[in-house]
Amino acid sequence: MNEAGAANSVKTRRPLLRLPRPLLRLHNIVSDRVLAVGLIVPSVVAVLVFVYGFIGWSALVSVSQWDTVRPDYTFVGFDNFRNLFHNFRFLIDIRNTVVFTVFFVGACLVIGFVLASLLDRQIKGEGIFRSIYLFPMAVSFIVTGVAWRWLLAPRAGVNLLAEKLGPGNLDYGWYTDPTVVFIHPGSRFGEALHSLGLGFLADANFGIPLALFSVVIAATWQMSGFVMVLYLAGLRAIPEELKEAARADGANELQVLRRISLPLLRPVTLSAMIILGHQSLKIFDLVVSMTQRGPGFATDVPALFMFETTFQGNHFARGAAISIVMLLSVSVLVIPYLYWSLRKEARL
Amino acid sequence: MSIAWSRIAIYTVLVAVALLYLMPIYVLLVTGLKSFREVGLEEMWDLPSGLHFDSFRQAFRALDSNLANSFRMVIPATIISCLLGSINGYVLTKWRFRGSDVLFFFLLFGMFIPYQSILIPLVKTLQALHVYGSLWGLVVTHVIYGIPITTLIFRNYYTNIPTELVEAARIDGASIFGIYRRILFPLSLPGFVVVAIWQFTSIWNDFLFAATVTSNPTIQPVTVALNNLAGSFIVEWNVQMAGALIAAIPTLVIYVFLGRFFIRGLMAGAMRS
Repeated sequence: MNEAGAANSVKTRRPLLRLPRPLLRLHNIVSDRVLAVGLIVPSVVAVLVFVYGFIGWSALVSVSQWDTVRPDYTFVGFDNFRNLFHNFRFLIDIRNTVVFTVFFVGACLVIGFVLASLLDRQIKGEGIFRSIYLFPMAVSFIVTGVAWRWLLAPRAGVNLLAEKLGPGNLDYGWYTDPTVVFIHPGSRFGEALHSLGLGFLADANFGIPLALFSVVIAATWQMSGFVMVLYLAGLRAIPEELKEAARADGANELQVLRRISLPLLRPVTLSAMIILGHQSLKIFDLVVSMTQRGPGFATDVPALFMFETTFQGNHFARGAAISIVMLLSVSVLVIPYLYWSLRKEARL
Repeated sequence: MSIAWSRIAIYTVLVAVALLYLMPIYVLLVTGLKSFREVGLEEMWDLPSGLHFDSFRQAFRALDSNLANSFRMVIPATIISCLLGSINGYVLTKWRFRGSDVLFFFLLFGMFIPYQSILIPLVKTLQALHVYGSLWGLVVTHVIYGIPITTLIFRNYYTNIPTELVEAARIDGASIFGIYRRILFPLSLPGFVVVAIWQFTSIWNDFLFAATVTSNPTIQPVTVALNNLAGSFIVEWNVQMAGALIAAIPTLVIYVFLGRFFIRGLMAGAMRS
């Protein structure tokens, strides 16, 4: 069937959607091109106001002295930001965000990639495995938080399971553990971190709060399946002939993976890093339902600080300043990515 | 022989990881099904002596009105989101105009922002419009902040519908509405399913907007109510677990039956489709 024929056969069908007659006549008066623009105007205006307008408004609040229930837009310059970067809780939050992002993104990438490359070997029941690894994505972070709070409760959960299965009770405090580990930059572990490009984790002033790893575990449980799906799609897109050719040249499976699959999967890795990274910069729900601030703010995050200081403490200007810092950190990550994705699409 | 062993090793790893991923669901389920006499923390991993629905009944009593609120919010928000996304996707693929790609870029950015950065103005605006603290306020919020992702998914979807089809219909004198009604819309069902599932899941699971926009417990969606339930020291933990499972059931059911559409939404959200 040729194209015109296809269009004709569609035209003669009874329409599924009924539109009012005046709407249909409109195009006799105004050109369709103008109507097209008119159709997306409501959405564009909504986004313009509710995203860009509101960001501008928040920015205005962040340079004001609004510190009570009553709005006060008196301009104070960057005072709120300056105070923020001298605020003990906010500095801890930044540290927590860095630690959380590194370990959460790292764990998701490794687990997601391993699962995907295992599933990519003609596995019987692949669909079932895939569904099991991905299902946490479908539930709310609040549900995840409630479940994992009990799973990592010191008197029960995983500690107790270890006792039941043999190794003995772990007696570990999980998210109640106030320990902050300082890694000496000169130590062997510090040097190892340095060689991995994670030298800042071994800064003498930069502690790693152990309680935060409980949140990392819960978040990884929820998000690693997503990375698996991305990698699996990426692996399936690699032409089999390419791998065959390498094998014919005598490469073993590990070499095929390292020399062919991994380099070709670099865009997937980048996508996963950006998506997970920007999520970890704004993580909120999971912390609220699982640990709240934690011992000595060990699991506190900027989003929680912002929420509490704004809506419970009425420090609106400070809350707005935190939110603008969060926005800037996300933008640095996302804007180049969006630009890159859309440019790549345009070139196709 | 060594190949057989490596196959066994692969399956062992896959099964072990699967069990690990199912562990939270196991605990939620067995705890929820225990009678109140056997819910000590020490028995956390033990199977229940029989099927007791007391915890579920009690959790449901605590959450039933909030579940209803969630449905009353999610259903209209999802429907409106789908329609808006579909129209936007149609225009941005079949009626492109100068600057439409730039516009799309600015729309998309809205999907990634931390919502904290619009929260204070949002609350003030909803208050001024007298919809603060109402379910309609939440519906409007979710529809607006859903515009980027719904537009993105429909735009990807309509890109695959040949533009020649639209051109041919235009030559035949069909209008912008006629083409949508007779060509695009009838072909849109899979797109609508992907967007509907995506919006249903993310709006149902949302906590930040729900917690900020609704302070009144009688109109709070289930995520907020569950968080309150779980944060309460007088609610037994088995009821909390049952409540968590109840709150997860609607999205889990959708996932089980329509998972492949859910995955398409995920891929689109990561800008990979």
